[in-house]
Amino acid sequence: MSQMIGPHEQSDAAKAAYDARWERILACVRLEQPDRMPVGLHSFFWPAKYGGISYKELMYDYDKAKQVTLAAAMEFEPDGVYPLILGTTIGRMLEKFEFKQLQWPGHGVGDNQPFQYLDREYMKAEEYDDFLFDPTGFYIHKYLPRILGVFEGFDKLPKFAGMHYLRSMYAMRPFALPEVRASFEKIVAAAEETNTLFAHHVDWVQRLNAAGFPLFNGGVATSPYDILADYFRGATGMMKDLYRHKDKLKLVLDKMATIVTRMVIENAKLANHPIVFIPIHWAPDAFMSQKQFEEFWWPPFRKMLMGMIEADLIPMPMWEADCTKRLEIIKDIPAGKCIYWFERTDLVKAYEVLGDRVALRGNLSPSLLTTGTPAEVDAAVKHLVDNIWNKGGKLILDGAFGIPDETPVDNVRAMFGAARKYAG
Amino acid sequence: MADLNEEERQLVDWLADMNEDDALALAKKMLLEDQKDPIRVLELCRMAMDVVGKRFEEGEYFLPELVLAGEMLDNVGAIAKPLIQQGGGAAAQKLGKVLIGTVHGDLHDIGKNIVSFMLDINGFEVKDIGIDVPVAKFIEEIEAYQPDVVGLSGFLTLAFDSMKETITAFDEAGLRDKFKVMIGGGQIDETVRAYTGADAFGVNAVEAVNLCKNWMAAA
Repeated sequence: MSQMIGPHEQSDAAKAAYDARWERILACVRLEQPDRMPVGLHSFFWPAKYGGISYKELMYDYDKAKQVTLAAAMEFEPDGVYPLILGTTIGRMLEKFEFKQLQWPGHGVGDNQPFQYLDREYMKAEEYDDFLFDPTGFYIHKYLPRILGVFEGFDKLPKFAGMHYLRSMYAMRPFALPEVRASFEKIVAAAEETNTLFAHHVDWVQRLNAAGFPLFNGGVATSPYDILADYFRGATGMMKDLYRHKDKLKLVLDKMATIVTRMVIENAKLANHPIVFIPIHWAPDAFMSQKQFEEFWWPPFRKMLMGMIEADLIPMPMWEADCTKRLEIIKDIPAGKCIYWFERTDLVKAYEVLGDRVALRGNLSPSLLTTGTPAEVDAAVKHLVDNIWNKGGKLILDGAFGIPDETPVDNVRAMFGAARKYAG
Repeated sequence: MADLNEEERQLVDWLADMNEDDALALAKKMLLEDQKDPIRVLELCRMAMDVVGKRFEEGEYFLPELVLAGEMLDNVGAIAKPLIQQGGGAAAQKLGKVLIGTVHGDLHDIGKNIVSFMLDINGFEVKDIGIDVPVAKFIEEIEAYQPDVVGLSGFLTLAFDSMKETITAFDEAGLRDKFKVMIGGGQIDETVRAYTGADAFGVNAVEAVNLCKNWMAAA
């Protein structure tokens, strides 16, 4: 007996393995004891190292990317896998959209370097009012032309709000402009590339599932504060806004929370997957005071978390850097609904504060995984098992931010091996 | 700050308290209307930055305050510096020279910029040679600038190897014992320090300043 996942056959044994793995993750979320400690597989460019291809090939060659990432899943048998194709094999899409916020192999960095974000001011402080008044109009006329080259003609488009009767046709003349036509043609071609990417993603997920491995998260989202800080105002612009545009900033954050929550729920339904990965950039202890965190960062994010939980989603924020001082604050959510993944926060400490509230994920340090020995990796896993898992903690083992790009394969083997050795 | 008059103390307080609008208005008045000595006004700014640094160290201030303080200082400096007459006022004695850059392969600069700013306001002469700096460029700049401390910055895990390679090249060029090397960035810890052969690492800008101060005191 077997069943089909798309065009791919799934044996009964693979189905049983899939169900057991997925249940392990869900049991952790519900704060119940699974049969053994689940292990996640999350990475960016590490599969290139594992499979012997260049970073550029991982970004551009759909077939090779699928091959090396699936091979890694088959070898390590994780309980859930990050959507690796959507996360990394994006070179052709970036090129077609003329994306301006990243540098990637062939576009600013070498063939074996990861893509890197360009921290810039993509929205001026004076434009908060425009965003608040008409966010969609701001996107169409200002934001999209700034971040995507193919939208450059859109600054010429008419303002839509206020159109009526014959005005709704008179106003459309800019659509006939050569630069606007050119934009539309480029956007269609770029959207076709996105379709191609998604077709490969779906095929990859089906192959993964057919072999017995769940996708760990369907979607990826960003907190309202981080969207504004990283992708609109730029790091230093946002920091100054905490003083210079305090009230307006709060209004924008609140509005962004509503917009993003709706978008995340819609996307999760399309992906047909409840777990949403949310990498958190601006929460760390060192980045702002506790007062600023409680005043600016946490309220819009909590609103987003609660909206997701009410929609039966499972938020999986990944708290970057050290967030020890934030633990008591971020504890303020219902029990058994989220996975909190910590990067540099001491996970044992996080377990002490949050053990009765959320499942935990993490967190072998990048320096250990990249420069340590397999024996040191084994000892670090044992430390987490002894101090969290064996004390009843719902731990999903992983690297601090997945497997760093440069990690020797033997250290990854040691991580998965130690998980089986010490926690089933 | 016992020798400050009321207006001077007000400027220091407003700057240190992040009261940007009032501080800038007062600085402008002092410089342009009252024609106060611009060197004195810059000295007041430095006093305010000392307070900011102390509050950062004590955990009252964080990155937003450092960034805003830096910008206030730039704004006052832009008015004050053109008013300083040629030859007027001796250049302040610097504590030491620091060369800083983000190692090759890494394009991140926010942390490096904050460290440069904090070193500068704490009395160091800083030369920032940018991001994605090749090993050869570090060597060339070091030979020309003769720094007391070299700071290597990096945010990505690829920076571990870039830092190691850069520090090894200092060795091979026979430069390694001429200065101290400190490293910093999101993923840097003692394991990475040992791996790269750096003298020390810091997790924030104040630690970088303290490392440099301690090295200069010991020299």
